Amino acid sequence: MVPVFAVLAVVLGIAGLYVGFFVAPTDFQQGESYRIIFIHVPAAWMSMFIYMVMAFWAGVGLTFNTRLSSMMARALAPTGALMTFLALWTGALWGKPTWGTWWVWDARLTSELILLFLYIGYMSLAAAIDDVRRADKAAAVFALVGVVNVPIIYYSVQWWNTLHQGASVSLTRAPSMAQSMLLGMLLMALAFWMYSIAVSLMRVRAIIMERERASAWAQELA
Amino acid sequence: MQWGSVSEFLAMGGYGLYVWGSYLVTALVLGAEVLLIRRRGRTTAAITGPTENGASE
Repeated sequence: MVPVFAVLAVVLGIAGLYVGFFVAPTDFQQGESYRIIFIHVPAAWMSMFIYMVMAFWAGVGLTFNTRLSSMMARALAPTGALMTFLALWTGALWGKPTWGTWWVWDARLTSELILLFLYIGYMSLAAAIDDVRRADKAAAVFALVGVVNVPIIYYSVQWWNTLHQGASVSLTRAPSMAQSMLLGMLLMALAFWMYSIAVSLMRVRAIIMERERASAWAQELA
Repeated sequence: MQWGSVSEFLAMGGYGLYVWGSYLVTALVLGAEVLLIRRRGRTTAAITGPTENGASE
């Protein structure tokens, strides 16, 4: 399955970049700086979505004691952290020319930074406990508590007065941008999605192998 | 298509640093992630040898 998602990620990524750079027009307010949107928004979406999927698998592992679910949760965390970092990084590079600052402590930016700390906390906690099953359980509880932050990020632009703009795309109304911009963004979002699936599957395979080897080795000693 | 030349494309209307700074770091980070996972899988295989069912990665 990994090659399928990897190929899809590359193809969609190339299509998205083509539309983003050669078809989508210049923004009348922001000039060319808005082209950061084609990675900023997909990375930000994935950062939240991966957290929810991670917490879901962690919760399934915690409830039903299924080992593969916990491994899936663990495999998703680094990719989620990476997406969060990219959302923050590209946001800073977009904020400087449009807002005049790299960073402000407003609700959207701060809650996204907390998301990064949640990912790092989850990974640190899981890595700090030697007993794998106890580590999975402790980290799962941590991940589930952290879920509360995801709606805070999503609705932060509505609940508080922030510098960050509101959603440009929503299910309930027409998107407030040119169609080719939207197309480029959606293609890139799909590419990020496929990338995340491919990379998580690769990582979960490595984790399965590590745990399998570790238990086989322990059995030989016993 | 709004680019007259390659240098115009690279300049990004004066926002080149911000646009390419975003894209370059994204490419580097994603590429590094893939390389690290591949190495992780290979390291385990190298330390413990092939599995009984013959799977190598």
